[in-house]
Parts: sequence; structure tokens; C-alpha cells
Amino acid sequence: MTLADVVIAIVWAGVLAYAVFGGADFGSGAWDLLAGRSRAGAKIRKRIDRSIGPVWEANHVWLIFVLVYLWTAFPEVFAAIVTATFIPLIGVAVGIIFRGGAFVFRKSSSTFESARFFGALFAVSSLVTPFFLGAVAGAVASGRVPLDGDVDPWAVWLTPTSFLGGTLAVGTCMWQAAVFLAADAKRDGEVELAAYFARRSQITAVVLGAIALSGIVVIETDAPTLADGLETWGAPLVALSGLGGLAAMFLLRRGDHELARIPAVVAVVSVMLGWGVGQYPWMLVDEVEITDAAAPSATLWALVLAFGLAGLLVVPSLVWLLRLTAVGALSTDETRDDSSLALHARLSATATAESD
Amino acid sequence: MYSTGVIGSILAITEAAESNLLSARWLMALSLGFHIVLSCLGVAFPTLIYLAHRRGIRNDDLEALTLARRWGKAAAVLFAVGAVSGTTLSFEMGMLWPGLMGTFGDVMGLPFALEGVFFFLEAIFLGIYLYGWKGLPAKVHLATLIPIGISGVLGTFCIISVNAWMNEPTGFDLDVYRATGEVTDVDPWAAMFNGAVWPQFLHMLTATYFVTGFGVASVYAVGWLRGRRDRLHRMGVAIGFAVGAVTAPLQVLTGDIAARNVASSQPAKFAAMELLTETTSGAPLTVGGVLIDGEKRFAIEIPRLTSLLQDFDPNSTITGLDDIPEAERPPANVVHLSFQLMVGIGTAALALSAFSGWVRWRTGDWPTSPWWFRAVAVSGPAAVVALEAGWVTTEVGRQPWIAQQVMLVEDAITPRDGIGLVLAGLVAVYLGLGGSAWFVLRRMSQRWRAGEDPPAPYGPPAADDRFAGGDSGDEPEVGQVEVDA
Repeated sequence: MTLADVVIAIVWAGVLAYAVFGGADFGSGAWDLLAGRSRAGAKIRKRIDRSIGPVWEANHVWLIFVLVYLWTAFPEVFAAIVTATFIPLIGVAVGIIFRGGAFVFRKSSSTFESARFFGALFAVSSLVTPFFLGAVAGAVASGRVPLDGDVDPWAVWLTPTSFLGGTLAVGTCMWQAAVFLAADAKRDGEVELAAYFARRSQITAVVLGAIALSGIVVIETDAPTLADGLETWGAPLVALSGLGGLAAMFLLRRGDHELARIPAVVAVVSVMLGWGVGQYPWMLVDEVEITDAAAPSATLWALVLAFGLAGLLVVPSLVWLLRLTAVGALSTDETRDDSSLALHARLSATATAESD
Repeated sequence: MYSTGVIGSILAITEAAESNLLSARWLMALSLGFHIVLSCLGVAFPTLIYLAHRRGIRNDDLEALTLARRWGKAAAVLFAVGAVSGTTLSFEMGMLWPGLMGTFGDVMGLPFALEGVFFFLEAIFLGIYLYGWKGLPAKVHLATLIPIGISGVLGTFCIISVNAWMNEPTGFDLDVYRATGEVTDVDPWAAMFNGAVWPQFLHMLTATYFVTGFGVASVYAVGWLRGRRDRLHRMGVAIGFAVGAVTAPLQVLTGDIAARNVASSQPAKFAAMELLTETTSGAPLTVGGVLIDGEKRFAIEIPRLTSLLQDFDPNSTITGLDDIPEAERPPANVVHLSFQLMVGIGTAALALSAFSGWVRWRTGDWPTSPWWFRAVAVSGPAAVVALEAGWVTTEVGRQPWIAQQVMLVEDAITPRDGIGLVLAGLVAVYLGLGGSAWFVLRRMSQRWRAGEDPPAPYGPPAADDRFAGGDSGDEPEVGQVEVDA
């Protein structure tokens, strides 16, 4: 295992984390879009907001992490990818702007009209962004990105593999979001909502499974190198992903929503990893290998060190954030009774209790 | 001032749209000009919130606590907009300038990776702080602001390190690169701790507190002038102004350090800043003035002052633009006028701070006259203008280089066509983003004034039409300034 392999593994750790955390975020936004008309959808939308409110910003730092690691460790490849997939990346960037902006604007809206406007913007961009990300992944995975990036900017992603990548990305995001939201709803005693999301995760699972199966044909003809990898080294991971999906559905059916999240994460992680393993050792499929594309070792060592620092500082903080979210200590419920006065009373009480 | 700036910008942008290079530069300029304001708030606002929140808890002070709570809510909006505009920038770095990132990404990319760590911490603890009012013990809740503040400072160092590298590229073998175009002997740490990083970092760090302090004070001063003369507004002015006033002398000091650094390592930029057309011993300080057909016009010259300030020697020789090859000269007028605008505002802020500090020392409180509040009200927008002007000085002053003496901007640009279209789209998107942030913050403050602090509406209102009308004011002025970048 070379140093370059270590660094690409770090990049992949970022990709996987983004797929799980960012993916659940995107998927939640997509469910927001399908939550129905204003009155009926209010409860669902509130649930979604509560679930991703405290975590969405942190979840999307993973993308920045992947970008900066790519351009520092594999600068030429990074330049090639962004030049070749310029157009879908514009879609990603615009989607991210609208999504983040609209999400927080909705939360701060004063009237229902503006909340609905921003909510729709948030929801649509939640759907569009992962599609374009999947399309970019499809362009790389099918070997369409040359090292000089010089390629028709449309032909590179208007392809079967990119379309498959985009659709799978959206479907995966929605599926895992539905599982997570069902678990969150159950934890907070929202029985109806838990059933609502469990039902939707089952429907999505069926659709997603069908897309993935028909995708085999697409990859076989459109991305042969990846197909070879998926059929050999990647095969166990793909199988594991399928099993994870089935296990999650089984647990949801049995009513064990909390536990269902674990096989759901396994399913998402292993299918992504299947892609990574499937195209190994290519950095750009059929074009350049990881070791040949990597930066000098001084830079790679520095990146490993930076990752160590991230592990020391970020991981415990992130665990704390997720734990606080999981036990419901972070609350978006700022109802009228929690006015400044009530807050003041609470703080005074705390202060008194401490001085006693 | 805003309107002419906006119209001028729009005209310039329309022209730029016909050239890919100009479009890409405008795209970068607008995105950065937008983001720099939000990132300043992101770095320094947590400190102000901390000050208010701590006072609230320690002194059992309801108003201070209310300020902390409101600032937290405003910060949530501003940070989110900053996070998305920052993400957009990391896309643009690669998409617009693949020549730079593809060639030197492994040299200067490291601080970006480290910044990722700090941004992560910021986002995590911000999430905890914003949503922790109910569920966390009061002291723990307050303490979550500390890692946010520290991460902001360290993140600033990382980002500025990359910009400083563009001004003083190091960390690779320059001779080999010039001869062969190959990047060898890469040392990312040397690149990160390049010669310009400390002067630039210190100047930028103080700028974040300068802008945020005066910005917050200005919002509450406007409220005060509009008749909301309660303790809350008084305290909002006091906390913001105190931070700005403490920073103002540091801002001037770090600016001096930064200017000396520029003079020694980037003579072309310095000559443009001082509008020095010819290499001169005993160089004068030029106040005002523009170059028209190479002639300096409408300028007031103070003899020998630039030499004196720069080298503590009235006869020292300073390089002028005539010693810079014509193709490598930055557009001197833009650089000079931006620089002077920044220095002028910085000096005025220092004077206001010194006067106010003196009054406070004599009487125990900040001044109370309406004129003082008017000055404070102006200080916020002025600080933002100074911020943008300083950034224009350093960026335009480096032209035509993207990495000083190493790579030209035109050699770094993407081969993709139609950047003009992307630019037009981005202008629309950012106008929408800035406008929405402005709208939301304004509504928020109207609700606060009406004594309401309700949750977000997820469904149609029951029957009551809640927040009708109300006059303006009392909100951060971010929405309108970035447009002028």
C-alpha cells in the first residue's frame, strides 16, 4: 500500500461520510418536496426541519473536505474533473447555494407564504444537487474524463452511466433519509409520521432495487472497466449493500426503527465503496492510476497529518453533536412559552441551583 | 453611493461578459466580495455573542441575554449564507482556475485542508449553540461559543495563507519551474508559512473584528436614532462599538505592517498603491489623484513622506511604476484609490474610537449626543467599504499575476466557453441570496420589535395575521453592501 493509497482512502472516507450524512440531508429535502399540500404537509416539514436543522451545515462540510483533499493530493486530476464536468458542477454549486440559503431562510420566515417559497426552493434543490453529483460520478466512473480535461462539456455527462449515477444518488438519498426520519419520528413519539416515512422507505427501496438491477446492463455496456471491477473485487460489497437494504427493511417492518438505521448506513457505504473498489487502481478510469496522479510525498504526509488533526478534533465534537441530536437535547422548538422571560427564569434557576 | 457603484458594476460586468477572462475575474471578484463580508461576521460575531451572553448569565441581565439570543438567530442566517458562498468559492477555485489548482494545488492546498478542519468545528459547535438553548446547562451552552471563535481565527489564518502564497509564492523550486514548467521540491509547509502570511493574516483578523464590531454597533445606533432608546439598543451599540474601538488602532498598526511587507516583496503593487509613477528617492505621499494618460492629476503630494514612512529615511528610494515592465503593471488608479479609501476610513474610525474612548474615560460612559450615534451608524457600512477596498487593493494590485511573478491570470483560466453566461447567472443568484437574507433579517427584527419570537410557520396561519407592517431598521446591513463589491 503506497502513501497515495492512504490518501485516496482518506478522500474516500470523506466521500462515504458525505454520502451518509449529506445524503440523508438531501433526501430529507426531497421528502419535503413530496410532503403534500401546505396544511397536510406542515407536520412532515416540521419533522424534517427538526431532524436536519442542527446538523445540516456540518454535514455539508464533508463535500468541502473532499474537494480540498482532491485538489491538494491529486491536483491534475482535480483540474481535469472540474474542467470536464463543468456543466453539471454548475448545477451542483447552484443547488448548494439555493439549498442552504433557502433552508435557513425558511426557518427564519415570518409568514407562511415566504416559508412556502423558500421551502419549495430548498426541496427542489435537494433533489437537483445529488442528481448532478451522481452525474459527475458517472462521468468519472465510465472513463470519460481525460487527464487534460479536454472533452465535449455536454457529451461527457449526457450519458447512460451519468443518468444512472444521478438517479441512484437521488434514490439512495431519499431511501436513507426516509429510514432516518422514521427513526427520528418514532423516537419523538410521532407514531403516524414514523409509519409515514417507514412506508415511503419501503416504496423507495423497491424502486431503487429495480433501478440498480437495470443499472447492471447500463454499466456493462457503457462503463466496461467499472463493470469488470464490480464483478470481481466489488461484487461482495454490492452484495453486502443489497443485504443491508433488505435487513433495514426487515427491521423497519418489525418496528425496530432505531436499529434499522445501521444496516441502512451499511447499504449506502458498501455500494459507494463498491464503486471505489470497482475502479481501483484507476484515479481516472482508463486514463491515470492513483499512484501516478498523486502529489509529492511531502504534501501527502502533510495531508495525512491534517487528517489526524481532524480525527482528534472533529470526531469527538461530531460525536457529541450527533449524540445531542439523537437524545433530543438540541431542540428547534422555540414556542412562545420559551420566550426570553421563561429563558431568563430557567437560567436564574440554574444559577441558584449551582450556588447552593 | 451604492447606486452609482451598482450601476458602474453592472456596466463593467456587461462589458466583461464578452470576454471569458474578464468574466472569470468578475465572477471570482463578486463571489469573494460577497463572501468576505459574511466570513468576517462568521469569524468575529461569535465573540460578540459570547460577550453579551456571558454578561447575561453573570449579571442576570435579561437584555444582554436577549441580545445574545437575537444575535445567535441572525448569525444562523448569516453563517448559512457564508457557508454556501464559501462552498461555491471552493468550486470556483477549481472550475475557473484549473491552471493554478492543477499546477500548484499540491503546493498551496494544505491550508485549505486544515481550514476544512476548522470549518468543521465551527459548523458543529454552531449547531450545538444555536439549538442548545433549552437542552444544555447554561455554562456548557455558553462555552460552546469558544471553539467557534477559535476555529474562526485559525480558519482565517489558513485561507489568508493561500492568498498570501499568491502574493509570495514559495514551497517549490522557482528556477526549475521557470525553466521547465515542472513543479519540483514541493514543501507545503514552506508554502503555508510564506513571507506574506503573518502580515496579511494579522491585518485580516483585525478586519473581521473591525467590521463586525462597527457593523453591529451601527445597526443598534440606527435603531436608537429612530427612537428606540431603550437599554437593549444602548447595550447593542456599546458592545459592538467597544469591539470596533479596541480593534481600530490594531487595524492601523497591522495595516502598516502589511504595507511594509508589500513594499519589500511586491514593488509593483506598492507603486500603484502610492501612485508613484517614477522611481524616486525621497518619494512623496500622494493623497487623492488619478493617472490620466500617464500623468498624475488632481493629487496633493506631501514631500518625502512615503520614503519616511516606509524606510524611516526621507531620502530612501522607492520603486516606481516606470521600473515595472509595462505588461506587468497593475491598473494603478483602481489600486491607489481603493487603498486611499481604506486608509481614509481606517483613520476616521481610529479618530472616532480615540475620541469616544476619551469621553468614556472621562465620564465613564460612551458619548450620548445624536451626532455620536450618527457617526456610529455610518461606521458599520464604512467598515464594510474599507474591507472591500482593502481587498481590491491587494487583489487588483497583483494583476496581471495570479501567483506573483510565477503565473499569469490568463494562463490559469479554464478552457470552457460561456463564462459570461455563468457570471450573469451568478449575479442573479447572489442578488437573490443577498436580497433574501436582507429580507429575512429585516422581518426578524420587526418581529422582535413587536415583541414576538415565534417558531417558523410550517403551515398556513390559523386565523391571525401576525406580522403586518412595521418600519425598517434594526437589522444587519449585509444585504445591500455585497452588491457593491
